[in-house]
Amino acid sequence: MNTQTINNNWTKTIKPKVNALDFKLAEIWSYRDLLFLFVKRDYVALYKQTVLGPAWYFIQSALGTLVSFLLFNVIAGISTNGINPVLFQMSGIIIWNYFASSLLSCSTVFIKNANIFGKVYFPRLIMPLSIIFSNIIQFGIQFTLILASIVYFFIKDHTGYFGLAWFMIPVYLFLMAGIGLGLGILISSLTTKYRDLTVLLNFGIQLLMYASAVNYPLTSLKLKNSGLYSILKWNPLSGVIDGFRNCLLLGKINFDTLLYPFLFMIFSLLGGVLLFNKVERDFMDTV
Amino acid sequence: MSDIAIKVENLSKQYRLGEIGTGTISRDIDRWWHKIRGKEDPYLKIGEVNDRTQKGSSDFVWALRDINFEVKQGEVLGIIGRNGAGKSTLLKILSSTTSPTLGEIKIKGKIASLLEVGTGFHPDLTGRDNIYLNGAILGMNKREITSKFDEIVQFSGVEKYIDTPVKRYSSGMYVRLAFGVAAHLEPDILIVDEVLAVGDAEFQKKCLGKMKEVSVNDGRTVLFVSHQMGAISQLCNNGIVLKNGSIAMMGPIKDAINEYLKKDKTDETVGYVNTKNSGKQTYFKKIITQNEDQIITEDFGFDEDIIIHCEFEIGKLEKNVLLGVTVLDKYGYWVSTAHLVIANEDNSDTFKVYDIKIPKGILAPNTYSFRIALFKPHVILYDLVDPVCPIRIIDTGSKMAHYEGMDYGNVIMDIEFNQV
Repeated sequence: MNTQTINNNWTKTIKPKVNALDFKLAEIWSYRDLLFLFVKRDYVALYKQTVLGPAWYFIQSALGTLVSFLLFNVIAGISTNGINPVLFQMSGIIIWNYFASSLLSCSTVFIKNANIFGKVYFPRLIMPLSIIFSNIIQFGIQFTLILASIVYFFIKDHTGYFGLAWFMIPVYLFLMAGIGLGLGILISSLTTKYRDLTVLLNFGIQLLMYASAVNYPLTSLKLKNSGLYSILKWNPLSGVIDGFRNCLLLGKINFDTLLYPFLFMIFSLLGGVLLFNKVERDFMDTV
Repeated sequence: MSDIAIKVENLSKQYRLGEIGTGTISRDIDRWWHKIRGKEDPYLKIGEVNDRTQKGSSDFVWALRDINFEVKQGEVLGIIGRNGAGKSTLLKILSSTTSPTLGEIKIKGKIASLLEVGTGFHPDLTGRDNIYLNGAILGMNKREITSKFDEIVQFSGVEKYIDTPVKRYSSGMYVRLAFGVAAHLEPDILIVDEVLAVGDAEFQKKCLGKMKEVSVNDGRTVLFVSHQMGAISQLCNNGIVLKNGSIAMMGPIKDAINEYLKKDKTDETVGYVNTKNSGKQTYFKKIITQNEDQIITEDFGFDEDIIIHCEFEIGKLEKNVLLGVTVLDKYGYWVSTAHLVIANEDNSDTFKVYDIKIPKGILAPNTYSFRIALFKPHVILYDLVDPVCPIRIIDTGSKMAHYEGMDYGNVIMDIEFNQV
């Protein structure tokens, strides 16, 4: 009997240990329809749940903008480097919202989906991936708000930017998605052991917002307090948020500031997937 | 070409008992803080010794131990065993939802599991959307689902409500739709766990038919886990009996079911035992139920004779005493009665032993008990034991096995239908 040929016939082998760096990209690709359907599910669920539904996202970002505008620009009087302060706050808030909601949802992916993960096998990474795609819908809704605002201020003040630089916007979004996914799955892998990490995260994400150049330009910090700047400049999110804002509102693209967030994204994704793959194999036994 | 679809080699799965860590980061930090200051671990229970060497023997339990088997292509294999025998763990490993501790499984072809139908159904989505979503979760792509869509809708019988959110569905419709999707998967290997426990009888029959069709016509391999012996015996060719994480027996399904029904040990408390004689001359001493092999049991297969073993005393002078037995259904109603005149000769022993045989293939799968008496009609009742010896008849493949778990009566007769 030719054993060799028989062994080659097996299409799948289940073993106790697998290569942790196996990203299973081919498998994820074969489940792309599932990814799409998860995104569709989130979209439909969003529409059907409340009367306000997507309108809620308008209100959320509009109110956020108003509060930030009053607090940082009117009361504190932070300079916006000549950018319309309302647009300044709004652009920072919507890209931050995208990051924050992606990170928060990704970080509970194991606990929230323990039920479904325990019953059926599909590449687990599909779930966090679908989350970052679903959140693009939310971002898109809020993005129309800022577009409308840009048009409004253009008509009112005859200032503003429209142009080709906007083609770079997906790049900033991609960086935010990557960092959110990487950190999110890293945290979700840890939450299978430490439940209180989600509490810490909810609180920490608030602080992180103030440490990321959401409500103030990074340059203003550089001038006023160089000590604080030397620490906060290591926050990769600041570069992305500042870059996104300059690109959207001024048409300025600075590729130098993208390198660090990009490297950070690569490492957080590598670390995240590594831990995620390790945990997904038998988190069902501990959750 | 080898025709083995699944090969399981030395498969073992270990679970760790009790808490793993303290569960929260604050407590772990606290524990660490106590440790570096040289204090005691505040979360260690009193009397507990934090000894790493002991863990190997006490903290771990083997849910599965050295499981080896092969499943041929097209085989329908039943996996049976009592609760905690390791059935679900085995299926979970097979469907990759958890990983084994030792050993490996080799699989040929696409594998899909129905560990529970309706996984991932979203209440706000319509039936149509849920078919797609559920199908994709179970491993189909969009094109495959579209080609099966009409068949699924027809199978589940929800055509009218296909564009209604499933939260408005009745639970029956919900389950039918969910099973419809699952039944139309086209994997090479299908894993089924207890799904037939839900749905109305007609639908259960449909499911069994579908599974049979899948295995017989399409030559697909099915692994089937259920507590319903009737369904198992109808569907499966071979069976594996799991006991405490190991394979107790593997072979043709009839033998496997018999092995499963066999009592682990003879339990002396079963039945009726009267040790103290309260002045009576004629009374029962012991009544127990046995199977054909004279093993004391309460569980009988539909195709097994039930033997009521009676030991009693009859007073020296009593003549023509009747030993009567009545089969009672679970509500205590009389199903059938029979009696025998005990000829008590002057010189015979007063201690009598009788085996009352209730023939197989008549009592429908259900629970029963007995009413047993020693009496003289219209004259005297010497002793009456009622109810006694509760038994359970398990469907091992009756004509009504489709309706297992339903109460469709107490007797199965060979009723003929003739068209005129």
